[in-house]
Amino acid sequence: MTDAAAAAGPPPAVVPVGRGRRWLIFTVALLVVLPYLPGLDTDYGRSLLTQMAIAAVFALSFNLLFGQTGLLSFGHAVYFGLGGYAAIHVMRAINQGLPLPMVLVPLIGAAGGLLGGLMFGAMTTRRAGTIFALISLGVGELMHAATFMLPGLFGGEEGITASRTRAPLDFGVTLGPQLHVYYVVVTWAVVAAMLMYAFTRTPVGRMCNAVRDNPERAEFVGYSAQRVRFIAFAVAGLFAGLAGGLHAINYEIVAADAVSAQRSGTVLIMAYIGGTGHFIGPVLGAIVITWLQSSLSGYTSAWLFYLGVFFIVMILCAPSGIAALIVAHRPLVRSRAFFGVLAAYAIALAPLALMGAGAVLLIEMSYRLSTQPELGTQMRLLWTPLDAASAWPWIIATGALAAGVLLFRATWRLVTAAWDRAGGGASP
Amino acid sequence: MTPAYALQLRDVEKRFGMTHVIRSVSLDIARGERHAIIGPNGAGKSTLFNLISGRFVPTRGSIRLNGEEIAAATPFAINRRGLARSFQVTNMFPRLSVFENLRCSVLWSLGYRYCFWRSVDTLHDAGELANAVLEQIGLAARRDVVAGVLTYAEQRALEIGITIAGGASVILLDEPTAGMSRREADHVVALIRRVSQGRTLVMVEHDMSVVFDLADRISVLVYGEIIATDTPERIHGNAAVQTAYLGTLPDA
Repeated sequence: MTDAAAAAGPPPAVVPVGRGRRWLIFTVALLVVLPYLPGLDTDYGRSLLTQMAIAAVFALSFNLLFGQTGLLSFGHAVYFGLGGYAAIHVMRAINQGLPLPMVLVPLIGAAGGLLGGLMFGAMTTRRAGTIFALISLGVGELMHAATFMLPGLFGGEEGITASRTRAPLDFGVTLGPQLHVYYVVVTWAVVAAMLMYAFTRTPVGRMCNAVRDNPERAEFVGYSAQRVRFIAFAVAGLFAGLAGGLHAINYEIVAADAVSAQRSGTVLIMAYIGGTGHFIGPVLGAIVITWLQSSLSGYTSAWLFYLGVFFIVMILCAPSGIAALIVAHRPLVRSRAFFGVLAAYAIALAPLALMGAGAVLLIEMSYRLSTQPELGTQMRLLWTPLDAASAWPWIIATGALAAGVLLFRATWRLVTAAWDRAGGGASP
Repeated sequence: MTPAYALQLRDVEKRFGMTHVIRSVSLDIARGERHAIIGPNGAGKSTLFNLISGRFVPTRGSIRLNGEEIAAATPFAINRRGLARSFQVTNMFPRLSVFENLRCSVLWSLGYRYCFWRSVDTLHDAGELANAVLEQIGLAARRDVVAGVLTYAEQRALEIGITIAGGASVILLDEPTAGMSRREADHVVALIRRVSQGRTLVMVEHDMSVVFDLADRISVLVYGEIIATDTPERIHGNAAVQTAYLGTLPDA
């Protein structure tokens, strides 16, 4: 092949480092000022940002498996939890006087997750597809059961608690205020995200994509598909464990919910909604879902229902996720047709809001009548007092929903027409 | 000391349950030879390829690659010893770019194995080799296109590119011109002639003009047995082949 190599064609691709570096500086600057922006400069806001950063690392680690290697795991919380438990035990030891800075605890989490990934990965990566998904589900259930069977290690339902502030070594970072926690967590999150991105650009990271696309062909160019999956699994476990370690620092408690099927499901939803086809997609999903979880739950007790509806709508309308939507709009931004598309969106937004208002009224009134009858039928919804026992609110809500749907279908044509004019092909 | 034969099959047999697909095949293919395997549909040509490349494990018999036994080895182990194959149905990495397909195909042979501490973009030998193969198979203009959207003929060229990129000394091509127009097939024949320089080539092919054009020797496989192995001229005149093989042989 040396002859062929000598007759080389164009030079190999060079990553546009300059652009990447500018993005990094912008991101870091944004992350530094975020906790001082109005609305986010409270302990609540900073706690929300911290949770988003943790969720982002977890979702990115999930996508190393799913988006990059084609392994759908229903039990990724296992490695988050193992990292969390490892971290919380070391935090307790630090509380007892172990001379380790608290800010390095996430590394213990990473080690815990890696160990779990190596252990279970050796068994589960032999097969991909449905078999792998089912085994991951089984491992998840097994770990969840183990947290109750070994209370000494996992603390049962109450979990294990530790303090993040009581440490012999702290170098001035006390981790007392939420702001400290935010900066420590977000620093680890940025480092983890960069390392994960770098991993996807290594030879084995590229082969993860190859194995995802065609495991058989990968074997015929010299790679064991199982070994590639195993490495991806261990690395994903490592970063999930790191996220678990950040969780331990943020909450000062790790309990059975850390390894639960619900957490495994949530991370899947985050990655999917954000877009598994783009590296940054899961971060967007983590931000949106974390925000929905924490803000919706403050407004309504039916928030899980709304989350379900949101997920279904996203899967049906934008199966490639938020990241793909953004990428689809990017070529438009510089063209003049972009304003046409924006105007069409604005017009379509009105019936969408009507539709949403009708749906919200119906859901809230049903929820009140069926699950909270003790609160009575007098309600205040969308700034309007109403009585869920009378017929009028129901008629109006149903009418709004129906009118919204009809009008939306009519106005959506404007959107597709605007897209056609923009030459952007199919609308989202 | 290097053995004279690149591939040696001895009494190779393959059964699927009660079905005897390959019955006692023995075949010696010399280093640097271009060898074609022909035969009617269902004769077991693709199965024979799958046995040699490690996709299937033979029920009985021995397969030696450059003198080393490979009959029970995995596909990746066989590939690492210098054998690469293409597929009858295009078999590439559809969501990766054409360039990325080729770069993934050279990584192992350049010794990068499961490396996770270096960026592929700094591995200039891998990039240069992938670009060279890209030129060789005539897809330089399609370098950054996702492989899944290539035309059929382009995908077939990429299939050959992936197969040869790793620098294997023995190349198996499974019906490289299947489904192609005359012009496209001529193009591929020229490509095969180019890339098989200095290597051992074994191909399964239905198009007799391609076979007689390229092959140094031809084996005729009928019902899982090789009934003749000889030069194209003598195969053409072989009475047993004429009766067993219903395809019409062109004038050599």
